[in-house]
Amino acid sequence: MRIAVVMKLVPDVVEELVLSEDGKRLERGDIALKANEFDEQALEQALLLKESSGAELTVIAAETGDVDEMLYTALAKGADRALKLVGDGLQDGIWNAQYAGILVDVIADVGADAVLTGVQANDDLDGQLATWLAAGLGWSFATVVSGVEAAGESLIAKKEFAGGLTANLRLPLPAVLGIQASPEPPRYAPISRVRQIMKTQSLEEREVTAPAGSITVLSLRPPEKTGGAEMIEGDVQAKAARIAEVLAQQGI
Amino acid sequence: MEEKAKAVELPSVTIDGVTLPAQWNRMFEPRVINQYDISVLEETTAIPGAESLGYCYQCGKCTGVCPIDTVGDYSPRKIFRRTQIGIPLIDSPDLWLCTTCRNCLRVCPKEVNMIDIMPAVREQAVLEGKAPQELLTAFENTARYGNPLGEAPRKRADWTKSAGVEVRIMSQLKAPVDVLWFVECYPSYHPRGKDASVALARILDKLGIDFGILGVEEKCAGDSQRMAGERGLFEMLAEQNISTLSKYEFETLMVTDPHAYNAFLHEYPKLGGSYKTVHYTQLLAPLIDQMGLSQEVPARVTFHDPCYLGRHNGEYEAPRRLLEAIPGIDLVEMGRCKERSYCCGGGGGGMWLDSFTRDHTSARLSEMRVREAIEYGAEILAVACPYEVSRFEDAVKSTGNAGRLKVMDISELLALSMGLIPMEALA
Ligand code: SF4
Ligand code: SF4
Repeated sequence: MRIAVVMKLVPDVVEELVLSEDGKRLERGDIALKANEFDEQALEQALLLKESSGAELTVIAAETGDVDEMLYTALAKGADRALKLVGDGLQDGIWNAQYAGILVDVIADVGADAVLTGVQANDDLDGQLATWLAAGLGWSFATVVSGVEAAGESLIAKKEFAGGLTANLRLPLPAVLGIQASPEPPRYAPISRVRQIMKTQSLEEREVTAPAGSITVLSLRPPEKTGGAEMIEGDVQAKAARIAEVLAQQGI
Repeated sequence: MEEKAKAVELPSVTIDGVTLPAQWNRMFEPRVINQYDISVLEETTAIPGAESLGYCYQCGKCTGVCPIDTVGDYSPRKIFRRTQIGIPLIDSPDLWLCTTCRNCLRVCPKEVNMIDIMPAVREQAVLEGKAPQELLTAFENTARYGNPLGEAPRKRADWTKSAGVEVRIMSQLKAPVDVLWFVECYPSYHPRGKDASVALARILDKLGIDFGILGVEEKCAGDSQRMAGERGLFEMLAEQNISTLSKYEFETLMVTDPHAYNAFLHEYPKLGGSYKTVHYTQLLAPLIDQMGLSQEVPARVTFHDPCYLGRHNGEYEAPRRLLEAIPGIDLVEMGRCKERSYCCGGGGGGMWLDSFTRDHTSARLSEMRVREAIEYGAEILAVACPYEVSRFEDAVKSTGNAGRLKVMDISELLALSMGLIPMEALA
């Protein structure tokens, strides 16, 4: 099996988000970016699949910021190849529909028969990448997946539904999976190993052109503050009395 | 242990007129130690840095001084013995409990050196994916954000806004300074660490010291990550800090954190960064006469020697001279002080292993230490390492001693006496 893991950079909310002057986008030069944490789950799931059934693993990311470290880290964790997509216009960030548009050809060239990516990302404004990808490729598809096993010419995906229901789905290959959680937490890549990989291995690059974006942002702004938390002071008796009062007021 | 040791006995023997029947003259033939399968020990001591574990001759001196043995079943002697009988250290919880406090090395006649053994075997464990998750989270935070707390790198100098005095940032200053203050992570981000930084900034300002900080350019010095087994991360941080420091001119590098002190003294020079490094207590102690310590701080105070200032680097006097100079302070020594000092539990990665340690010990070291301070009648536990304020304050609460013992950095006590922070801080 050949697995492609698609990753992307998302705004890191540990730092303040900075809006551009026209208020229509994030000021990309002034915000911090990090790997989408769900993509890290997808990578871990793919690594587990590789370990259990010998898949070949290619990690792909568009250069919408500095993706080198993310890709080298994936190699240090055990990915076989890392492919960086470069081209004009990527640095400003792209929508998922655009990303999927780019990836359809790339994935065909990589020869992947399964694509794993994160179920969602904190900047998904135009729908989720896995969904766009499955539609673009016309492959079988499951998302909100929290466990994948190889089964010959198909994959068994554990999918979560609302209300705590889960089902095991058999997906014939080729397939696209949106990963919610890997059975194991994403492994740690020791820095010495990442640095070693940086010295000895190089990233493959491929020139791409992003299709036109499908949505226009009219305005973007931070959520408005509504109310706040009440810090309940006093001794245990006073605190308990106040909590009881609040509960009664709210009719809880 | 293939064969049982053979007993040698005579039916009866008379020595110096005393007759010893068989059960009293029985002796055992010496049992050769390599009758054991010592392959696990050999595998461990083959790790570069861990060789000295093999020197242990089981005298037990370390057991009496290891702080972990007071809350568990632990010491280099026990670690050696377990490894010898085939329990791999690399898979054992023992690997993560040592705080690298250095007390065992002080007494060990064979120089079994946990300060080298632990990071070496831990590094192997990290490479094999065997380290506890909470420690890995701290490593990841450090790699990504330059601090183990996972705080925003751009907010590293935000504490200076509440300093009330000018704290100059080197990148903006564009001029040499006498003292470059390497603030470190907990003093930059932890609420109580920031209190101590504010106090220290005011003291430096009051003394007219020409100082600057690196601000957002500063990265964790990385020493505890190194001791916890992430040498690669340490080297990356050190290279970044050395390259940043090379841009600026300064006479003295002053650190708040004894762990950074240790790194700058012993590890950075190996990577090309040599600086005249002092701990802040060493910078201030010779300036006592100029400090204007006029306000009384009426309290019984005891001092906890940080392992990495005291035992690791031999500085016991500077903090004490400062404390003794503060009017009103009655300095009492705890039984375990100076080179025999206890440990707060935060060193060697312990700072990021609290849940793991809790599962393998009966109490936190910080709790044992807080109880000791209270036994000695202390009202204030004075500290000089940024790990300690948060650890001891938590321990004061968890041992039910809230209100009985205050934990304060020496810089806070000095600033109080200099009238630079309000006396309410004592309340
Ligand atoms: S360094 Fe300290 S904690 Fe570690 S084994 Fe020695 S005495 Fe115990
Ligand atoms: S003090 Fe040294 S030689 Fe003695 S038991 Fe401890 S480690 Fe072994």
